Amino acid sequence: MHSAIPAVLAELSPLDLSRWQFGLTTVYHFLFVPLTIGMVFLVAILQTAWVRTNDEKFLKLTKLFGKIFLINFAMGVVTGIVQEFQFGMNWSDYSRFVGDIFGAPLAMEGLLAFFFEATFIGLWIFGWDRLSKKLHLATIWMTALGVVLSAYFILAANSFMQNPVGFEINEAKNRAELVDIGAVLTNIVALNQFPHTVTASFMFAGAVMVSISAYHLKRAQASAAMKTSLRFGLWTVIVGGIGTVLSGDGLGLAMVQTQPMKMAAAEALYNTSAPASFSIFTWGTPDGKSELFSVRIPNLLSFLSTHTLDGQVEGLNDLQSQYLAAYGPGDYMPTIWITYWAFRWMIGLGMLSMLIAAVGLWMTRKGNLTLPKWAWNVAIWSAPIPVLGISLGWMFTEMGRQPWLVFKLMKTADGISPGINGVDVLISLIVFTAIYGILAVVEMKLLLAAAQQGIDESVSEKSKSEDSDKLAVAY
Amino acid sequence: MQLNEIWFLIVGFLFIGYFVLDGFDFGVGMSLPFLGKDDTDRRVLINTIGPVWDLNETWVLVAGASLFAAFPEWYASLFSGFYLPLLLILAALIVRGVAFEYRGKGHTIGANEDRWKATFDWMIVIGSALPALLWGVAFANIVQGVPLNAAHIYTGTLFTLLNPYGLLGGLVTLTLFWTHGLMFIALKTDGDIKERATKLGTKVGMVTTLLAATFLIWTLIAHFSVLGFILSAIAAVTLIAGLFANHFKREGIAFSLIVVTIITSVGSLFAALFPNVFPSTTEAAYSLTIENASSSEYTLTVMTWVAVFMIPLVLLYQGWTYWVFRKRISRKSIPAGAH
Ligand code: HDD
Ligand code: HEM
Ligand code: HEM
Repeated sequence: MHSAIPAVLAELSPLDLSRWQFGLTTVYHFLFVPLTIGMVFLVAILQTAWVRTNDEKFLKLTKLFGKIFLINFAMGVVTGIVQEFQFGMNWSDYSRFVGDIFGAPLAMEGLLAFFFEATFIGLWIFGWDRLSKKLHLATIWMTALGVVLSAYFILAANSFMQNPVGFEINEAKNRAELVDIGAVLTNIVALNQFPHTVTASFMFAGAVMVSISAYHLKRAQASAAMKTSLRFGLWTVIVGGIGTVLSGDGLGLAMVQTQPMKMAAAEALYNTSAPASFSIFTWGTPDGKSELFSVRIPNLLSFLSTHTLDGQVEGLNDLQSQYLAAYGPGDYMPTIWITYWAFRWMIGLGMLSMLIAAVGLWMTRKGNLTLPKWAWNVAIWSAPIPVLGISLGWMFTEMGRQPWLVFKLMKTADGISPGINGVDVLISLIVFTAIYGILAVVEMKLLLAAAQQGIDESVSEKSKSEDSDKLAVAY
Repeated sequence: MQLNEIWFLIVGFLFIGYFVLDGFDFGVGMSLPFLGKDDTDRRVLINTIGPVWDLNETWVLVAGASLFAAFPEWYASLFSGFYLPLLLILAALIVRGVAFEYRGKGHTIGANEDRWKATFDWMIVIGSALPALLWGVAFANIVQGVPLNAAHIYTGTLFTLLNPYGLLGGLVTLTLFWTHGLMFIALKTDGDIKERATKLGTKVGMVTTLLAATFLIWTLIAHFSVLGFILSAIAAVTLIAGLFANHFKREGIAFSLIVVTIITSVGSLFAALFPNVFPSTTEAAYSLTIENASSSEYTLTVMTWVAVFMIPLVLLYQGWTYWVFRKRISRKSIPAGAH
């Protein structure tokens, strides 16, 4: 088979293709996951409100946003399976080297979280008329618990790649071995990544709720219920946003401590400085190795990195020479323009989303719902802003780690599967891109349709809807 | 017993659990064109697995992740070696999962409902049959051994896997899961559809018996072990007894018996493998075994604690789910005018 491969195809690099594939499939997976993480809690809260107050309005909202949640959840699940298998398929030398450590949180995630989620979500979807009201409510909270547990374990696994802890190198077996599971599960990066990711997910779920509510309020449909969800969504964005900023600050400190190169790359800070300023805009030389022009806020970077106004922040050039001395020849800088702009846009988009929510809260204060048309349109169309910020944050995190796959232990180029060829990876890349592309269109259409459906129509005749919902929601 | 032996058993247990549970999901999916005369029928069929297919599928994720944690070398060599078959399995599982969730939603976006459903129904059929076949091909090849070099890296191609023993293994799982699914349908439905499932179950079951007997004997000749012999014998007896029970409309007994068939036949494969986990046909010394593929003592200890606490709990709440959804489903449970 190999000999039959034309010369062009034989040149294909399994490494580059695998990087593209991992990046694409993971970013794609993480378009759905944040909505799942945030929405499962919002739905659980709405259902709790219904059980406690018996107010029909909350039931309607639970069903509407529950539908959105489920359409999205399906995509999270099917794209997640690919993630689980890819480590072995494309990154088998990586799996050999760190499997002793990295496999543990993944297996725990499966045993503790995935089983839990998958079981209780089934009970929630089909249990409306089979379980008592309270027990049924418990199933959505159990699902939420499963969802955050799974987020924690996967982030602990990822944190090991950012900041390897709790291991020893076994020279004879040429691999890293676990010596302290507690250290892996309480990695300082994981402890900060977790609240940061979860609160950012809340922002996204809140923004989606705002968008759907605004769509109906603009058309004066179901105003009583939609007013509640609008305000609930707006507050979620604000509270989630504050949490994201606070935890982001903690994450920044952890990053300076564990991966100073990434902070320098985030700031395009070429030379070690004390005090260091934060740049709003920087223009570098084409090779990305030094700076030509920038607009700066004095002392801010020192403050972000050290919580003092004049703390020292290490620069790219100095770190590069340190790493050269420690790890041998090579380029230890990530691609600066990507890290620099991804970091700024992550923060900027989050701030924008919070600003919109704050203005929205102010405009709708004291129950005012007579807003100008543009205001409704902004509310409707701003739903994707947080998820863009989230994707950019991940691109920053993962690409800022390059050239390392596991920081200071293994380079990305060394983690690739030795046995696979470029053609196989090209085939899988094409298959995933095609399937994911088609699914993106179908899923968007279904989500928009569910969002636009009036909630009164979908839930008003209660007894009938309970039966048909059982089918319509799930299938 | 050593920890790596315990983990060999746990990994085996998780894969067996996966085949027992998702096995009947595959069987139900494959039966759509044969038993589903109209949309209501097909909805009855899908509803039998509606609340549980996702948690059944999760077993393979947990099995895979446990393989990663307990035998990283095995996970790495197997998953990179079987790259293209796994790609097909992944694509099939994606398509199947989405189709279950979205087939009833065409009307919400104004699609032609018949065409929309027909498309997704075919996706369910293919998404069920392909993994049912490929898992068998993969496991047969694992037992038989594949070309691995000194670094435990697979040196064959896709076609290396499509050998007679591998293909026979694939046909066995395909037909076995189909029979399993048909008996599950007989157990979970009522009325005309149940009758048809029973009849088809007998036919498919007879083909399965023939294929499975050939395969198990072949396996025994190549890798004889006393345990393997006992397990294969139980598998054969329960399969035939299950077919009789099915014929005499004792669907509860039939289903239980075929569950035993799957447990023992997959078990016999793991028995044939032990103490290897991924034998090399290039050179016996290059094989991966439970010794050279396993994680460190410490990792295995940690994971054993997790498994000891979690697996019983998982069985408990999953059992409860099956109890909650224990009712039979018939055409009457599908409300008119629903989607
Ligand atoms: C709407 C989303 C959003 C918003 C508004 C922010 N972030 Fe963020 N950020 C993420 C979404 C995100 C993320 C996608 O969720 C990341 C990727 C990895 C992670 O754990 O979270 C992330 C990563 C990430 C990292 C990289 C960690 C690492 O590589 O180890 C740092 C230092 C920060 N963030 C810091 C901040 C600060 C100081 C913010 C505000 C002042 C901020 N983030 C707002
Ligand atoms: C869900 C959020 C995540 C996103 C959006 C994301 C995104 C990315 C991207 C864009 C790359 C490519 C970087 C490059 O090659 O330049 C990458 C690489 C990688 N990421 Fe992540 N990642 C996420 C989470 C994770 C997690 C949780 C893990 C592990 C548990 C992980 C493991 C890896 C691995 C193994 C690579 C290797 C390929 C490489 O470095 O190129 N990622 N990721
Ligand atoms: C690259 C590494 C990743 C892997 C291997 C992975 C694996 C998976 C798998 C297998 C599923 C399906 C579970 C099921 O069947 O119920 C899934 C869903 C999920 N993943 Fe990921 N994932 C990755 C990245 C992430 C990250 C970074 C997070 C969170 C911060 C995350 C959070 C979730 C959540 C909450 C779900 C369940 C909800 C949903 O399906 O939408 N995942 N993931």
